Amino acid sequence: MIDDTQPLLQVEQVRKLFPLKTAGSLVPLRAARRTALLHAVDGVDLSIGRGESVGLVGESGCGKSTLVRLITRTLDPTEGSIRFRGEDIGGIPASRFARVPQRKLIQMVFQDPTDSLNPRYTARDTIAEPLRLLGNLSGTALSDRIEAIAALVQMPRELLGRFPHQLSGGQKARVGIARAVALEPSLLILDEPTAALDVSVQAVILHLLADLREKLGMSYLFVSHDLNIVRLLCDRVMVMYLGRIVESGPARQVFEAPRHPYTRALLSAIPGLGGEASRRIRLEGDPTSPVDPDPGRCRFHGRCPKGQDACTRSSPSLVQMAPGHAVACHFPESA
Amino acid sequence: MTELAGLRHVRYVLADNPVTAGAFALFGFFVLLALFGPWLAPFDPLATSPDKVLQPPSAAHWFGTDQLGRDILSRVIVATGLDFGMALAAVLLSFGLGCALGACAGYYGGWIDRSVSRLADTIMAFPLFVLAMAIVAALGNSVENIIYATAIINLPFYIRVARSEVNVRRNAGFVEAARLSGNTEARILAFHLFPNILPPVMVQISLNMGWAILNAAGLSFIGLGVRPPQPEWGIMVAEGASYMISGEWWVSFFPGMVLMLAVFCFNLLGDGLRDMIDPRRRT
Ligand SMILES: Nc1ncnc2c1ncn2[C@@H]1O[C@H](COP(=O)(O)OP(=O)(O)O)[C@@H](O)[C@H]1O
Ligand code: SF4
Ligand SMILES: [Mg+2]
Repeated sequence: MIDDTQPLLQVEQVRKLFPLKTAGSLVPLRAARRTALLHAVDGVDLSIGRGESVGLVGESGCGKSTLVRLITRTLDPTEGSIRFRGEDIGGIPASRFARVPQRKLIQMVFQDPTDSLNPRYTARDTIAEPLRLLGNLSGTALSDRIEAIAALVQMPRELLGRFPHQLSGGQKARVGIARAVALEPSLLILDEPTAALDVSVQAVILHLLADLREKLGMSYLFVSHDLNIVRLLCDRVMVMYLGRIVESGPARQVFEAPRHPYTRALLSAIPGLGGEASRRIRLEGDPTSPVDPDPGRCRFHGRCPKGQDACTRSSPSLVQMAPGHAVACHFPESA
Repeated sequence: MTELAGLRHVRYVLADNPVTAGAFALFGFFVLLALFGPWLAPFDPLATSPDKVLQPPSAAHWFGTDQLGRDILSRVIVATGLDFGMALAAVLLSFGLGCALGACAGYYGGWIDRSVSRLADTIMAFPLFVLAMAIVAALGNSVENIIYATAIINLPFYIRVARSEVNVRRNAGFVEAARLSGNTEARILAFHLFPNILPPVMVQISLNMGWAILNAAGLSFIGLGVRPPQPEWGIMVAEGASYMISGEWWVSFFPGMVLMLAVFCFNLLGDGLRDMIDPRRRT
């Protein structure tokens, strides 16, 4: 049953551990030892409301794309639950998800527009595919819809017959966006959608994305390491560090009064956002390895400017500081 | 891509590369011979004439005559159909089976990959021509079995190309995007990955065609498969070999040259095909 009071997406304590292949796995002695596990996503809670736009930030390798793949259901979680409109979708194997009704409601725009388009498909073929397979359209209904979507993403009709290598970066990005919004999904996930584009094209594509959200009433999960973009586009923001959410709250609050030392360090690096050179917080030391991390200490310890002995004795969990604003730190900044 | 643009691209590649154009022309010529050989041959390839035995090349018999007085040119022409037919059937068999096995191995990995790779390694562990001989000997001496034997020894090449080409693409963004567009795993393999591995596989096909012709002719040369008086390049070379020493070189020289030309033609074709099929080379 679809329950309108439920959030659109609710993720609880979701984890994804990748077993690492050890070189000597053929030797019986070594194989008997427990294989090392890479904790890519390690107990994440998140929820996205209808029409809400949530930003997910964090440095490269912290598990953003893995979390995204768990939510788009192209990767099976090791643990935890993923509910979409109140229905459990985390238990459906990724290999079967292409055939469930939720497939067309959760769509995604990929980071690299070149890599995410089949080089042997024209723009029309690419946009047509979800419409044919998930929307059951064919014939003139299909071609009418393709042209309507092309118009929606401001892509000239003449370009529909082109192959990816005949399109510019911005045009390829539009094809990828058109494919994702073709079925008017309720949740659109954007994994660094402008990171691979020229700066001049980035702004245009971001405007287009903001427009589309308004027109189609979609919820966004916007992954980016560019905090300025998140600040402009998102209602709420989540900061991720080594597989965990360390701070989450309304975008304004998080940007104006960050509570977690890691968030502060991230924000201090942005010029014009409290990022004057003198106040910039430099992170010393190497990040903790995501392979079998010690569950009994804070993962930021070692790089954290505020780290103390207490931080090596227990791992902080996400605690509500203000309405909707939660922080995972033993010594959060006061508001 | 419109038909017109496709044709324009083919013309562009050919103009750009006269060697490929030559190979294509030669290929077209061979196909013509293969299809219409019996109508194009000036003489009956089976008709013996005891009064014209072992005549050197002349205006009437361009390639001379053999020990039974048969016109060698006519026999070479008519043999094209059989040699090409055997090679094509064998290559299509190993293409179909090898691509399916290799693509599944590269995509699914795990035990499928291990068993398929082991199969390919096992075949490759034999000297391939000897393996083909053994297969024909075991299955029985017939043209079909020559085709099966040739297909089996070519299988590992297709398995390897398809496996590695699928493997490098299986984590590509467009594969993940295809999942989100509602493709099942089988559809991704068939409609997204297969078209992308086609260019390297096409190169393999055309290189293999030459080799398959050589293999089929080789088996006939040592007396397997095709039987006289059926005209076939390998048998003709074998029959003429004993006359080499006594000076009647033309009996095996012409079939041998044509065989070599066919192999050469397919090898040149490989590169040309790759350029034509690869959309990134399109301008
Ligand atoms: N399929 C996989 N197998 C093993 N490790 C993986 C796999 N995918 C991602 N990882 C690891 O998980 C961690 C998080 O990666 P990712 O989610 O891509 O981070 P981000 O998108 O934030 O840069 C990285 O350390 C990466 O090496
Ligand atoms: S718990 Fe300690 S080490 Fe971790 S972020 Fe807070 S102050 Fe830094
Ligand atoms: Mg990423």
